[in-house]
Amino acid sequence: MGAISLIALGLAAILFSAGGILVGKILLKKSHNSQKGQPYECGIPTETSPWHQFHVGYYLFALLFLIFDVELVFMYPWAVVVKKVGLLALVEIFIFIFILFMGFLYAHKKGALKWS
Amino acid sequence: MFSLEGITKTIQDWLFSSFSPTVALLIECAIIILLAIALFALLGLVLVLMERKVAAHIQIRLGPNRVGPGGMFQTVADTVKLIMKEGLTPDMADKFLFNLAPFIVMIVAMLLLAPIAFAKNFQIWDINIGVLYVSAVSSLSVIGILMAGWASNNKYSLLGAMRSGAQIVSYELSAGLAILSVVVLTGSLQISDIIESQKDGWWLFKGHIPVIIAFVIFLIAVTAETNRAPFDLAEAESELTAGFHTEYSGMRFAFFFLAEYINIFIVCSIGATLFLGGWMPLHIGNWESFNHLMDYIPSSVWFMGKTFFLIFLIMWFRWTFPRLRVDQLLNLEWKYLLPISLFNILLVTLIAIMGWHF
Repeated sequence: MGAISLIALGLAAILFSAGGILVGKILLKKSHNSQKGQPYECGIPTETSPWHQFHVGYYLFALLFLIFDVELVFMYPWAVVVKKVGLLALVEIFIFIFILFMGFLYAHKKGALKWS
Repeated sequence: MFSLEGITKTIQDWLFSSFSPTVALLIECAIIILLAIALFALLGLVLVLMERKVAAHIQIRLGPNRVGPGGMFQTVADTVKLIMKEGLTPDMADKFLFNLAPFIVMIVAMLLLAPIAFAKNFQIWDINIGVLYVSAVSSLSVIGILMAGWASNNKYSLLGAMRSGAQIVSYELSAGLAILSVVVLTGSLQISDIIESQKDGWWLFKGHIPVIIAFVIFLIAVTAETNRAPFDLAEAESELTAGFHTEYSGMRFAFFFLAEYINIFIVCSIGATLFLGGWMPLHIGNWESFNHLMDYIPSSVWFMGKTFFLIFLIMWFRWTFPRLRVDQLLNLEWKYLLPISLFNILLVTLIAIMGWHF
């Protein structure tokens, strides 16, 4: 099977999920009151909207992740050919990882990896 | 007789000989849809029951044992209950995103089935960048989780989603590097090539200590990526009620739950494929008679056995390790696992180039 199988699988997921939800919708009658629509916060009335600032740490880690993930994407084609190219590829990737690791050490030194 | 080998080929030959190519392709798609849905439902039922049984036996109790023999139909009963529950949507929620999120999580879980080799010649799509496909698609599930957390308009949900996002993206790095180490040894991203390369022994045994380190890192990272305890900060019951799916109820909740279990199955099957040889029987070098004996066990049994062994390991982790704090979690990844796996991949490359593996 080629790429069409992905469409089939996506369709299967949609059918399965929509089917499950629709069965519930058809079988049950809905009731609604203002208490039911409240956000669940263990019974205490909610104060302030949750849609405001959150901890900056998440953002920092996302940035760091971006750097290393791009590096990982570069390493995929390298990994496929490394056996054919031989020692030269190892030296090259060593330099590549070394430079990245310097950046990583810098981030560590600056305290980007510390959760406060 | 119980082997799945050749069944797919027979069906395909028959379809293409008796129908026009377009119709045959459509029928194949229909078969795939049916099989995938059946597999989803079955895996959900089996894995939830297995989790409860494993948990029970680790805690020296019996677990579910009332519905059906040995509690076998407990999950069926639970599913019926979940279908009958009303799917609430909070008044203040972003309705569109709130309803979309479970679909995204399910679609991602379903798409991941494509490159997995369930048995010899039993694979939906043997894509030539199989491993890259898996790591690319599996990281999409974080979008569904963030969407669910953001759209719920609930502080617990948002916190859970944020934690989950930070955790999944962090651990993806070491999981990716662990996967890469097998790609380096094999020199191919195609799942069938990777399995073929383990004909005379699994990489876990052939690749010396660096591959064992990579395997351990892979196990830790995928446990974190699937939001399982001890890394289940995203849904830490004692602090966030249920994390990103606090506001979900009924079937939509069930889909998050199901997708989590399917993801466990998928990462374990990838682990089994990369490190334990997938459907390849246990072969040891030149032991001809031993190898022949092992060949009698069908390939699907080998695959399922290895996968369920890894699933059992991950369930075992859940019930024996205490939950980490968020700073400990990020420390573990960024200060230990990532540098170790970066160093490890250099070692694996050295072994691969010098031909030191068996």
